[in-house]
Amino acid sequence: MYSYDYLWLIPFFPLIGAIINGLLGKKIKNEKVIGGLGTLAIASSFAVSCTYFFQLLKDTEKVHQQVIASWMSVGQLQVDWGFLLDPLSALMIMVVTGVGSLIHLYSIGYMHGEEGFYRFFSYLNLFCFSMLMLVLGNNALVMFIGWEGVGLCSYLLIGYYFHKKSAGDAAKKAFVVNRVGDFGFLVGLFILFWSLGSHGVWTLNFVEIGENAHLLGPGSLVVTLITLCFFLGATGKSAQIPLYTWLPDAMEGPTPVSALIHAATMVTAGVYMIGRMNVLFSMAPSTMMVIAIIGAATAVFAATIGFAQNDIKRVLAYSTVSQLGYMFLAMGVGAFTAGIFHLMTHAFFKACLFLGSGSVIHAMHHGLHHAHSHDDPQDMRNMGGLAKKMKVTYWTFLFSTLAISGFPLLSGFFSKDEILWWSFGSTRGSWVLWLCAALAAGMTAFYMFRCVSLTFWGEQRTTAKARDHIHESPWVITVPLVVLAFLAVFGGFVGVPAIMGGANHIHHYFEPVFGHAQETYGIAIKAALHSSHGLEIGLLVGSVLIGFTGIGLAIFMYLKRPDLPGKFVAAFGGLHRTVFNKWYVDEIYDALFINPTKRLGTFLWKGFDVKVVDGIVNGVGKIVFACSRGMRITQSGLVHNYAMTMVVGMVVIVAFFVFK
Amino acid sequence: MTPTVYHYLVLSAILFSMGTIGVLTRRNAIVIFMCIELMLNAVNLSFISLSSHLGNLDGQIFVFFVMAVAAAEAAVGLALMITFFRNRESIEVDDINLLKW
Repeated sequence: MYSYDYLWLIPFFPLIGAIINGLLGKKIKNEKVIGGLGTLAIASSFAVSCTYFFQLLKDTEKVHQQVIASWMSVGQLQVDWGFLLDPLSALMIMVVTGVGSLIHLYSIGYMHGEEGFYRFFSYLNLFCFSMLMLVLGNNALVMFIGWEGVGLCSYLLIGYYFHKKSAGDAAKKAFVVNRVGDFGFLVGLFILFWSLGSHGVWTLNFVEIGENAHLLGPGSLVVTLITLCFFLGATGKSAQIPLYTWLPDAMEGPTPVSALIHAATMVTAGVYMIGRMNVLFSMAPSTMMVIAIIGAATAVFAATIGFAQNDIKRVLAYSTVSQLGYMFLAMGVGAFTAGIFHLMTHAFFKACLFLGSGSVIHAMHHGLHHAHSHDDPQDMRNMGGLAKKMKVTYWTFLFSTLAISGFPLLSGFFSKDEILWWSFGSTRGSWVLWLCAALAAGMTAFYMFRCVSLTFWGEQRTTAKARDHIHESPWVITVPLVVLAFLAVFGGFVGVPAIMGGANHIHHYFEPVFGHAQETYGIAIKAALHSSHGLEIGLLVGSVLIGFTGIGLAIFMYLKRPDLPGKFVAAFGGLHRTVFNKWYVDEIYDALFINPTKRLGTFLWKGFDVKVVDGIVNGVGKIVFACSRGMRITQSGLVHNYAMTMVVGMVVIVAFFVFK
Repeated sequence: MTPTVYHYLVLSAILFSMGTIGVLTRRNAIVIFMCIELMLNAVNLSFISLSSHLGNLDGQIFVFFVMAVAAAEAAVGLALMITFFRNRESIEVDDINLLKW
């Protein structure tokens, strides 16, 4: 009925933008042209995405595939360059291109005057292209190209300030840690391919995988293995325990990168992937339990680290890890809709928070620069009282903080509440998971308001000279902030739960994607809880109260009684030190994995390569040399010797033939 | 007593051995050269005697080839020796030792 022929344009525009800026940017030089081109490319994608998104809403047929070209055709396996548009990917392209456009616009202001401005926009467009390939791909291989592409762009953008050693190290760390996850993804893909193949279905197409997954047998070992491997891939890309350590370090990149890649889009790829393969995951209850536990553990664990960080971007980074844990918890208890819903709202408020922090850093940098101060512009201990100086940044940051803290009727409230309810009431949920999630919600509220208190409220801790030069950022920075804050406030109304008199649009929207698997494998709210509205409201009020407690505690500790945190640190010095040093996880990984690997490498170099490999090569040479030294004395230079040798030789030969 | 083919072959062997010993013992390149010619001619003698004995002309034709080769060899060899003598002022083979180890 409706046509979706121009789906390929969505990833095509950013690709063109990346190529033009990458190849010609150095010659163009004009920042307005480069930035405008990059923004236009992704905004065009956004326009196409909008068209198709709203078209899909009206359409009765919800799954559309478009094949551009055949990639490979081996035996019964046919892999295409194909795109898949269904409610899930439609929402994802809306988030990627929408938030992406705003962040491109923001970057024009934020990256003004930076060396390699064109490089930045080229990478950013390339990232959008890869991310769109990831979400739009109709088979696992196209998705994998996007999966690796976003990893590459993440590496390039974290290491954007490559002259700084810390940035280069962080980029390498992100790449290597992701590699561990990618290994899991690939192995999962191989097993899936062969096990489906052994049932006669040779395919990598998501729709066909979904239709034939039941052949593997629900709960069978092979499904558990496949999904665990995929989940390993997801932990790498989406920064979950045990592979989350790269994300906080990734804050070395420019702030728009942190907002786009390390908060709103790339890190949610793991959640998206689980959503895309929801049939497989639904068939493996043990894997889903692992996912739920890891998600809940990450949510709490990362939140604790967020308590003690002083770098504004690090607080947000740990908050991202924690919120991603929330999404995985949702996926693990079968609340796929809630997980993707939280992905969307998180993209709004976390992008806004990161961009707000970027605006603050921008202003602080400017102020400190004028005061000739060498204080760290990202350290919250140097900030304080910025609300008066930067009104737009402050209000948008505050609303986003309220949204992430689960303040009633803001977007984070609806998505979090949905996750909390499912983690308690789902057939695959449990009250323990609910407790963890509620605890994490309280902690989130606490450290986010600690962040707001230290940054925007209280006394200004900068010198008077620096203070005069701190001012609001230009419109290219504030406009995206306002738009994102608006979405962070109102974005949740697409998913107002029935208990609050809402229609829960997003639930119906995702019905075609997740409904089948949930129905077939019995994932739903427990039957006993269906009618207990009292309990649902009670839990809701409980989680809101926990959030308010966190907010109140943070305001009390950091605003009313600023002496308290110091006293607390003095009283629990050891605990504070441990949390401040991120539970020494990096050090533990160093001791367990990195140093043994380095030692193995050193052994292979000095022990094996130098001694064994070089020994064999040089030994062959030495043996040949020794032999020929013995032989060469026969070459005396005396003609008589040669003649004599010839004669003797001939006599021997003749004698042999005569007397044999 | 008329000489038979055996007599010729024995003479040829004696001449060949004399040539060989000459090549191995003498130092003067020209003498060595002459000894080589002696060996060639010893072979020629055995060719001709066997040709006559067997009534087959092949051997005699072969001798012409040997003589042609010997003539060419003499020309090349003497040219080499003259060049060598110009460089070294010597014709002793023990002095030709540039290519030893």
